[in-house]
Parts: sequence; structure tokens; C-alpha cells
Amino acid sequence: MCLGIPGELVERVPEHEDLAVVDVSGVRRRINIGLLAEERLVPGDWVLVHVGFALSKISEKEAQAVLDYLQGLGQPYADELDALRASDIT
Amino acid sequence: MRFVDEFRDADRARALAARIAARCRPGRRYTFMEVCGGHTHTIYKHGLEDHLPPEVNLVHGPGCPVCVIPMGRVDDAIHIARQPDVIMTSFGDMTRVPGGAGSFLDAKAAGADIRMVYSPLDALKIARANPDRRVVFMAIGFETTAPSTAMTVLRAAEEGLANFSVFCNHVMIIPAIKAILDSPDLRLDGFIGPGHVSAVIGCEPYEFIARDYGKPMVVAGFEPLDILASVHMLLGQLAEGRCEVENQYARVVPWHGNRVALSAIGRVMRLRPHFEWRGLGFIAHSALAMADEYAAFDAERIFDLPGVRVADPKSCQCGEVLKGVLKPWECKVFGTACTPETPIGTCMVSSEGACAAYYNFGRFSREQMRAAAREPLAEEASRA
Repeated sequence: MCLGIPGELVERVPEHEDLAVVDVSGVRRRINIGLLAEERLVPGDWVLVHVGFALSKISEKEAQAVLDYLQGLGQPYADELDALRASDIT
Repeated sequence: MRFVDEFRDADRARALAARIAARCRPGRRYTFMEVCGGHTHTIYKHGLEDHLPPEVNLVHGPGCPVCVIPMGRVDDAIHIARQPDVIMTSFGDMTRVPGGAGSFLDAKAAGADIRMVYSPLDALKIARANPDRRVVFMAIGFETTAPSTAMTVLRAAEEGLANFSVFCNHVMIIPAIKAILDSPDLRLDGFIGPGHVSAVIGCEPYEFIARDYGKPMVVAGFEPLDILASVHMLLGQLAEGRCEVENQYARVVPWHGNRVALSAIGRVMRLRPHFEWRGLGFIAHSALAMADEYAAFDAERIFDLPGVRVADPKSCQCGEVLKGVLKPWECKVFGTACTPETPIGTCMVSSEGACAAYYNFGRFSREQMRAAAREPLAEEASRA
């Protein structure tokens, strides 16, 4: 639960200004981007996702570095991705 | 040394390790606490202690949210879960955390409806889908997670959802650090500050550590190189006679934190006068409860809780481990009676707990090797 996982913003959800679809290692899920309201996120931006909320906007380079690191973690990252896969935020 | 090749930029890691060694004054011992459980995980996973000179000692702090939940709160949550029509939701990390009378896993096996969710927003969705049930979210975590709970409650209020509530167990890192600084047990030379917590609270709240306690702090990222760089920065401050808060993780942590997140916490939650931390005891103003304006979403007001304080098992030394006084392997039950499958203490439950991290990666610390050479008992505790 404490992992921050990088996701690339794919699209905003038109019905809800706080929601957006992100792609995390190929898993596409809706997350809440309300905590980054001041960042004016657009598709292609990278964010660090924590328990379904975008916590920080990060650079693509940082996102790649974090992904490499998380993949190296093995099971904890696999568990986090499984949990994300089961998530269905609306 | 087998882990060093897994580093990205293994050469940079080696170079950094050499620069760290060069900054140490021979014969001086430097003890730094990494506050965050994510850092503890990285340190053990990559065997970072093996790459530090003998002068540098890393001790592990209280920053594992699952580890600091006292047994009585787990019992209260299970009590709620057993009420009629209740669906209890929480993060998967909570599943095996032992209360005085078993864990969520045990309560679930006995018939309670307990569901693991990825996000508090998933709990909200369960509440919408089950209007005839009372859905409770067991909220745990430091300031990293508290804004998510707060935003979820704001959403529930906006939707007028009447069957959703939060059992709030959010804790705050600053009072825990202060409790450690005030503890007579430990002498520290500096702190490796938490990364994601700081993305929310920023770096300013740590300034009292440098100003009032004379200890440097470096807020650090989670990769092995981040930790090594932070140790290097701490040693640099000590060598130059500086004492300040530095931000090694500026690529994620803004100096002033996240205003939206802090304001959401401020709207939905209020400070508790005191809160019990597992192993650390009661700490004043160290946790959050639901604010009066959101009483309708406060499980503590909706349900009649036993609120019984349960003492940790006598054999468990999580308290000493959480304060950095003991290394995991120095605990009497480590790896024998207490394992990740049958944890006695919380530090063995979460993958970010110092004991679980140590157990899973089977690290022999330098100290342990020395101890093993001295006394056969230590061999039992070692898992490598």
C-alpha cells in the first residue's frame, strides 16, 4: 500500500473532473487526480499513484527510473499491480 | 555482494560508497535513522549495509503504518466488522495484522464480511452498490494516505452517501520523530527523511529537528542510489558543521508539500489529543480523527467500540525495533516463533516492516556475523 507507482495519464474522464485513466505497466485504470488540481494535467503527463490517487507529477525520466526500481522489487510490485487491477474507481 | 549488480548504475553506487567512506572520520561512529519503511525495504533488499563503511550504522524507524497499529485498534475494527449488515474494507496489508483476538483473516474465516481494496474510493463504490449494508473503511497510514481518505469522505458527503464511514487510524510522522528524539534510549546523528510523506507535508515541518535538536535530515528517494546519496549528504553536513533539512528527492517532493492534500486533511480530520502507537506507547497530537463536521462518516461515533487497550505479547520486541533500539535479528522470537506466516509482532507482517524485510531477504548484517562468531545462539536467528 505504501508504494507510489508511476502511471501515464491516458485521458481525463469527462463526467468527473477529478478522475482520469492512467496506464501503469500496461494496466489501465481510473484514478483520482484531485490532489494535483493545480498541475492542470494533460494526457501524456506522468504521475505517482498511491492508493488510487495521483500524489505527485513526475517527469517521464523519473517514471522510468521508478518503474525499473519497482520491477526489481518483485513480489511487492506484483501485489500492488494485482490490487490496482481489481480496482474500479468511478 | 550479490545484490550490487542489480543496482541501476552499479558503478555510480560503488563510487558513492567510496565517497561515503572518505567522508567518515576514522573511529567516529555515525548512526542515522531511516524513518520510512520503504527505505528499510530498499536497504535490506539491496544489502546496502554491506556497502557502507563500518563507521556508518543505519537504524530503522517507525515509518511503517501497519507496524504501528496497536492491537486494541485491530480488535475494535474486527468488532465493527462483526456488527450486523457491516462490510469492512481495508488495504491488503491489514489482513494478517494481529489483534488481541486474531486478525482480519481470522475474523473473515469466522464469517465477517471483510474485503480488501486498493483505494478508499473502491470502498466507496462498494457502499454505493450495497445501499442496505453499512460499509466501513479501515483507514491506516501516514500523511501519504490521509489525503486519499479525506478526499473520499468529501466525495461521499457530496453524494450524500449515508452508509459509508471511516474508522480513522491515520497517524502523523512528525510527533513520532519527536518522540524518538525525546527518547533516552537512542543516540542519533541524523535522519533519512521519508519520501512520499514529504510529497504531502513538504520539508518545512522537519526544520525543528535541525533547529531544536541539532540533527540534520535529508529527505530521500527510494532507490538504492537515493539512500546512498542521502547518507553522503548527511555526512557532508556533519563534516562541514552544518545542520539543516535537505531535499535529495526534489524530483517528487516540493519544499512546501501539496496544498490541496493538506487542505483536504484539514477539512475532514482533526488532531486527536493522543493516540497509542504500537511499541511507542501514547504520543500526544500524533493522529487524526474525523472532524465534527463529518461525524456522520465517523465509524467511531456510529459504532459502540470496546476501545480496550491490549498489551503487546511479552515476547514481542517490536517497540524496540520501531524505535531503532534493537535490530530485528536481536529480538528473542525473530525467525523462530515470529515469522511472516505466523507473525507475533507487526514488524513481521508488512513487507515494509523491518523484521519482514530482514527475514525475507535473509541478510546477514556485519554485526550479526560478529555475534555469530561469538555465540551460537545468534545462528538460530540468522536466516541466510
